[in-house]
Amino acid sequence: MPLENEGEDWRMLDAQYISPRSVAEAVEALKGGGKDAMVLAGGTDLLVQARTGLRDPRLYVDLKRIPDLMALDISSKGLHLGASVPAAQIFENEDMKALYPGLTEAVDLIGSTQIQGRATVGGNLCNGSPAADTVPSLLVLEAICVIAGSEGERRVPASEFTTGPGETVLRPGEFLVRIEIPAPSKGAADAYLRFIPRTEMDIAVVGAAVSLTLDSSGCCEAASVALGAVAPTAILVEGAASALIGSTLDEAALERAGSAAYEAAQPIDDKRGTAEYRRRVASVLTQRSARMAAERARGRN
Amino acid sequence: MSEKKLKYVGTRPIRHDGVDKVLGKANFGADLNLPGMLHGKILRSPHAHAKIISINTAKAEALDGVLAVITGDDFPPPPSGKGSVEGPQDFGDMARNVMAREKALYTGHAIAAVAATTTRIAEIALKAIEVEYEVLEPVMTLERALAPDAPILHEEMRAKGEEPLPEGPTNVATRTVMGFGDVDEGFSSADVVVEREFTTETVHQGYIEPHAVVARSISDGRAEVYCCTQGQFMVRKYCSKVLDMDPTQIKVTASEIGGGFGGKTVVYAEPVSIVLARKSGRPVKIVMSREEVFIATGPTSGSHIRVKIGVKNDGTITAADATLNYEAGAFKGSPVMAGMMTIFSPYRMDHVRIEGFDVVVNKPKVAAYRAPGAPMAAFATEGVMDELASQLGMDPVDLRLVNAVKEGDTAAYGPKFKVHGFIDTLQAVKNHPHYKAPLGPNQGRGIACGFWFNAGMQSSANVILNEDGNATVVTGNPDIGGSRTSMALMAAEELGIPVDKIRPVVADTESVGYSDLTGGSRVTFATGMAVVEAAKDVVRQLRERAAQTWDVSVDDVEWRDGHAVAMNGHADDHEPLSVAALAGSAAKTGGPISGRASLNARGPGPGFATHICDVEVDKETGRVSVLRYTAVQDVGRAIHPSYVEGQMQGGAVQGIGWALNEAYMYDEKGKLQNPSFLDYRMPVASDMPMIDTVIVEVPNPTHPYGVRGVGETPIVPPLPAVAHAVNQATGVRFRSLPISPPRVLAALDD
Repeated sequence: MPLENEGEDWRMLDAQYISPRSVAEAVEALKGGGKDAMVLAGGTDLLVQARTGLRDPRLYVDLKRIPDLMALDISSKGLHLGASVPAAQIFENEDMKALYPGLTEAVDLIGSTQIQGRATVGGNLCNGSPAADTVPSLLVLEAICVIAGSEGERRVPASEFTTGPGETVLRPGEFLVRIEIPAPSKGAADAYLRFIPRTEMDIAVVGAAVSLTLDSSGCCEAASVALGAVAPTAILVEGAASALIGSTLDEAALERAGSAAYEAAQPIDDKRGTAEYRRRVASVLTQRSARMAAERARGRN
Repeated sequence: MSEKKLKYVGTRPIRHDGVDKVLGKANFGADLNLPGMLHGKILRSPHAHAKIISINTAKAEALDGVLAVITGDDFPPPPSGKGSVEGPQDFGDMARNVMAREKALYTGHAIAAVAATTTRIAEIALKAIEVEYEVLEPVMTLERALAPDAPILHEEMRAKGEEPLPEGPTNVATRTVMGFGDVDEGFSSADVVVEREFTTETVHQGYIEPHAVVARSISDGRAEVYCCTQGQFMVRKYCSKVLDMDPTQIKVTASEIGGGFGGKTVVYAEPVSIVLARKSGRPVKIVMSREEVFIATGPTSGSHIRVKIGVKNDGTITAADATLNYEAGAFKGSPVMAGMMTIFSPYRMDHVRIEGFDVVVNKPKVAAYRAPGAPMAAFATEGVMDELASQLGMDPVDLRLVNAVKEGDTAAYGPKFKVHGFIDTLQAVKNHPHYKAPLGPNQGRGIACGFWFNAGMQSSANVILNEDGNATVVTGNPDIGGSRTSMALMAAEELGIPVDKIRPVVADTESVGYSDLTGGSRVTFATGMAVVEAAKDVVRQLRERAAQTWDVSVDDVEWRDGHAVAMNGHADDHEPLSVAALAGSAAKTGGPISGRASLNARGPGPGFATHICDVEVDKETGRVSVLRYTAVQDVGRAIHPSYVEGQMQGGAVQGIGWALNEAYMYDEKGKLQNPSFLDYRMPVASDMPMIDTVIVEVPNPTHPYGVRGVGETPIVPPLPAVAHAVNQATGVRFRSLPISPPRVLAALDD
């Protein structure tokens, strides 16, 4: 391939690109590409990383032409969300907004309008960022990740998928096919809030997702609370969930949940906020998110 | 001042460069490609402070596709002695900033550069350059720089200025003192005295377009440069100084520019690309990454300012005293002097003392940033004024009204003010519905004032009448704020032809007379003045041609609304002649018609503004949201009101960003932690309410249409206006910027 005068985009021109039409083809392509091959969904993280030299893939395997990965199916069993479905398609889906309002809001928070035409939930998860906006929501919704590879398909809970900053359970040659989320039970709703100093185009300083199920009397039967950006991976905070379960989500219960979030958070001091600040905001957002989820759940009983 | 009713000036036509920009077809710095062009990349220091022991480029030079590798040794020795300093620019320092010599003085300092057939090969070549450093302790704060045991950046530097000065090697470049009266006496007659300290962090202009240049070296020694810059003549001069060439050996063409705000008033990659082009024999393009822009181009100073003001119970200022310390970055030349000259200038005072220190630290050398030095000075003075108003139980606008400078008053930095509209802005604020609007819980309102001198300086213009009666207006100033259309409006007014029949052009250095760079809010004022003169020159010739056609005296021909009109008893004999008719017959009446003017404009007229800011504070997260914002400014006369409003809004937004979230964050080794727009948190559109504007017009008598500079003044009031609003919402006075959420939450705990 000629190199002369190709300017700023040499990495794209110098590397190979293929777009398989099936999961099996993609598995084969990745096997052939070895460790220099990377899957490309929306590319909104990967291309930036390639540009800055953080990654240097020699083969891009584009997953946007595989029907299974581009499908968004909602049935009585729940949601099957293809790993390459773009954000805009998700948050513009009325069923998504109705059934999983918190996750849908999290998806809507990613990037700018232009980015949202490409960015995917699958990519958000696979990028492995502790601050990924959709991951706390996937955790509280008990999402299951369906992974393909040369050894066949396997299923991993979202709560076990990310293992550290930039690290996941994906083995070489494996990729995420879809995310499965059970249908919400009666009286259940979720919410997600993140804190950023600006209003958009930013990365969460803290993110908090809450999923609740209320009985007809307004008592909390089930709850799940997850935090982003306060530990090496998004974390489920069982103490916060148990503070809510059995309560009517009164102020005292919310405060207990906030305190549990404060205690569970293990943030670092960095350019995006001090550790103490993040702990405090984790507590505040947990309470606000729980209030929001409760409000929605009440409307569903 | 023209008394007649204006037909074009003051209207809002679509900008001449608008269609290309909306369609994405305008050519910016990175858009030019030349046949055989190479790609240049710059190796940058990983250390904030280090001696360069050796640089080995052999491995890089040996790579296929690498056509040139250069270091400081490929440049002439840095200029010294006579001619090496001009105004604020020391060309010896500039040469060392463009390419490090003995020392790397900030993380990102250019150490070497390569030109290769692709950017990939260029980047591989950078990694093959071996540099041996002796790493030194970085000096990252004013406090450390001024400590007795501080590491010294420049062993040869000795403090200059007013005694007492530090002795021996120092990081203090200059100490300056100004003022008049007796401040001790002034303070002794005060009823209330407030003295406070304020700090601000290093902030960047944040222009969207990174620096980009293509240079071509011509075999007879000349060079051609195409780049995004605020001044093609500046690039020509600075490259000539750094490269020891005659200025006219260098032709510079300015591209369209995607923002500058002062940051594109110096050279970085331009001389580097010329040297690479010369050594490789091929055109060389260098385009900075966003990270390079942040780490290696000039932001503005971090500052520490102490201000003390005494007032009588009726609010009258009795004395003011200030000490300003500004970081210059790696080389001397912070805007501390401008800070000193603006810090007390809005207010009348008999006793004043201002002391300023220009201090070097291991950060990139600062460059101009919109009203350089003034916003942080206003943050301090206005902060003390706000506190005085509350201690006196006075309305903060009333306290300003008691003290506001009027025509004839002496500014704290010396000169007497000519007519201006400062008091008009204060009264406009008091009468504005915003000032009286109710506030909700956790909300607060602040006001603050700002002053900027504005600049005049040298400009040239050619006005060319074309054979179809349309005109071309040629100037030498890159258009960073809609100035082309403003030039066209003033030419339209003079010539009496519609503004869309005028094509305003920014010419290269070989196609128009010398023009100082676009900056100092000077272009609509000074270059506009040159355009008006050049257009008048054309009108004079048009009247002559008509007089010749009619065989009357030129005194019997008047220019009215685009027509030559016969006067003094000849009116009945001759139908008026239009511009088009005169242009069409020019060949028969003496040839083409064009006018020119070159001038050094005096009397730019001061700019004053008063801003109102409302915020709401989330007391659980510390987040500050700006709810409503009104900018009031005396602009002299708005040539194109939309662009004037745009400047007022843009300045306000940049100031709000500076106040709330923007700051360079360095680690202990002096590496910048946030060299991206993700973590260098400039406001985004959705963070801001619509910024309301009130244009006050007190015409500047020295300009034919009454223009004052507009672009810089509006960044001066926002820093204090935001802080005062947050104070009213929380009861906490923030004297350190940025007022970021973690700081707000921590302060609310205390």
